Amino acid sequence: MKIDFYTVFWREMIVLRRTFSKFFASRLVSPLLYLVAFGWGLGRSIQMNGGNYLEFIVPGIIALSAMNTSFNAVGINLNMSRLYHKTLDEYLIAPISPGAFMLGKVLAGTVRGLIASLIILALAFLFGAHLAVNGWFFLVVLLTCFLFSALGAVAAMVVNSHEDMANFSTFVILPMSFLCGTFFSTDRLPVVIGYIVDVLPLTHASCLLRALASGQGMMPLSLMVLVVYSIIFFAAGVAAALKVR
Amino acid sequence: MIELRQLSKQYGNIQAVVDLDLKIRRGEIFGLLGPNGAGKTTIVRVLTMLTRPSGGSASINGYEVNRDLRKVKKEIGVVPQHMNLDLELTARENLELHGRLHKMPRAQRQQRIQELLAYVELTERSNDLAGKYSGGMKRRLMIARALMHHPGVLFLDEPTAGLDPQARRKIWNLIRRMNSEGMTVLLTTHYIEEAEVLCHRVGIMDHGRLIALDTPAKFKKKVGEIVVEVLNHGNTKYRFFAGREQAAQYAGSLTENVVIREANLEDVFVELTGRKVGD
Repeated sequence: MKIDFYTVFWREMIVLRRTFSKFFASRLVSPLLYLVAFGWGLGRSIQMNGGNYLEFIVPGIIALSAMNTSFNAVGINLNMSRLYHKTLDEYLIAPISPGAFMLGKVLAGTVRGLIASLIILALAFLFGAHLAVNGWFFLVVLLTCFLFSALGAVAAMVVNSHEDMANFSTFVILPMSFLCGTFFSTDRLPVVIGYIVDVLPLTHASCLLRALASGQGMMPLSLMVLVVYSIIFFAAGVAAALKVR
Repeated sequence: MIELRQLSKQYGNIQAVVDLDLKIRRGEIFGLLGPNGAGKTTIVRVLTMLTRPSGGSASINGYEVNRDLRKVKKEIGVVPQHMNLDLELTARENLELHGRLHKMPRAQRQQRIQELLAYVELTERSNDLAGKYSGGMKRRLMIARALMHHPGVLFLDEPTAGLDPQARRKIWNLIRRMNSEGMTVLLTTHYIEEAEVLCHRVGIMDHGRLIALDTPAKFKKKVGEIVVEVLNHGNTKYRFFAGREQAAQYAGSLTENVVIREANLEDVFVELTGRKVGD
C-alpha cells in the first residue's frame, strides 16, 4: 500500500514536471482576471465589513481555485483515462489495491490544487492585500484540495461520458464557484438558498480561509465539515474503483 | 495452463460468451478466431480480471481467476486491443511504471527495461514520448510492457490490427520468439492468415460459442484442401475437394469462370459459420 500509492503519485509528478510551465501559466490566468476585475476594478468602491474588498475576495478566490484545479486535475484526467485512453486498465491489471490507486491520484490532484492556491496567494501580495497566513490556513487549503480531488475521482469513476463530465462541472462546480461565499458573504442570500449553500463544502472552505486570513481564528465546525466531506468523498472514490470491474 | 469451465458472460440481454469449456496447454500459441462481437475480447477481459464472469470459472496456472487475484496478476501479461500506453510518458517511463506497479526492485527493473527495449528494438527511441511513436512501435512497446514482470502467459487481443505488413511481420516474429522461449500465448484475431501462420491450435468462435477447435492444418484437411471458386453473376460459390485432380475435374465440367486454389482458414471459417469474417 505504501509503495503502491507512491507509484501512482510518481507517474503524476513526472507528467506535472514535464508540463509545469503550461500548467503554471494556465493557473495564472483566471485568478489574475478575478483579482483585476473584482479587486481593482469593481472592488475599489466596495467596503466589506470595514476591510477592503481585495482582502475579502482573496480567500474566496483561493478556495475557488483550489476546488477547480483539484477537481479538474483528477476528474478530467481520470475520466479520460477510464473511458477514452483506457490507461486505467494498466492499473486495474496491476497488483495494487483500489485504495492505493485512489490515494495516489487524489494526492496528485491535491498537489496541483496547492500550487494553484500558492500562485494566487503570491499574486494577492503583489496586489497589496494584507492577509494573516499561518499553518492553519495552509492546512485548510490542503484539505480543500484533497476534498475536491476526491470528488473529481468519484465523478470520473461514475460518470460515463466526457460530455456528462462537463455537465457535472456545470451543475455542481460552477454554482458553488459563485454562491459559496467566494465573492460575497452568504448572509446576503435569500434564507432558503442560504441553508442549501451552508451545507456545501466550498462555503466552509472559503469562510474558514477568510476568518483565518483576517485573524479571527479557527472555526472548528467548518473544519469538521471539510474533514467529514473529505472522508466521504475518498471512501466513495475507493468504492467506485472497486466496482469498476 | 489456462482452463475455462462453463464460462459465461452476459451484458444485459446480450450473451457475449455462452458456457464455454476450453483448455490451453503450457507453451502453446492458441488463437481465438471469430468475427467482431463473437466474444473473443470478452474472454480475454474475463481472464485478465477486467470483467467478472456471469457464470462458470476460469483458472490460470492453477490459480482461480476470480479468487487468487494477485497470483493471477503475477502470472499474466496483457496486450489489450486498444492502444493504452501512457502517451504523456516516454517509452522507458511506461516500462518503469509497469515495473513499479508490479513491485520489481530497482536494479532488476532497470536491467529488465534495457533488455526489453533491445528485444523490441526500441532502445534508440526509448526517451521519446510514447505519443510520438508510430502504430507498430506502440504495439511493440505494449508487448514489452506486458513482458516486464516475467509473466508465464501472454494475452494478445488483436495484436496486429491496423498495422502495415512490415510492422505486422515484426510482431509475428516477436510472438514466435517469445513462444520458443517458453511463453504460453493466447491471441485473438480476425485476420485468418495470422492464426494460420502463428497458432498451434485455433478455436473458432461465433455468437459467444466455441464452434470448432483444431490445428490449422487439420481444419483445412477437414473441409478439403483444394477450393474451387465459381464466379457466377457477382456471387461466389465455394466447393471443397481433397485433391487437385477432383477439383480440376469439377472445374472442367463448368462453363463459368473458376479459380482453383489451396484452402485457407478463411474457407474453414466460411464453411463452419456460413458467413465471411466480419459479416
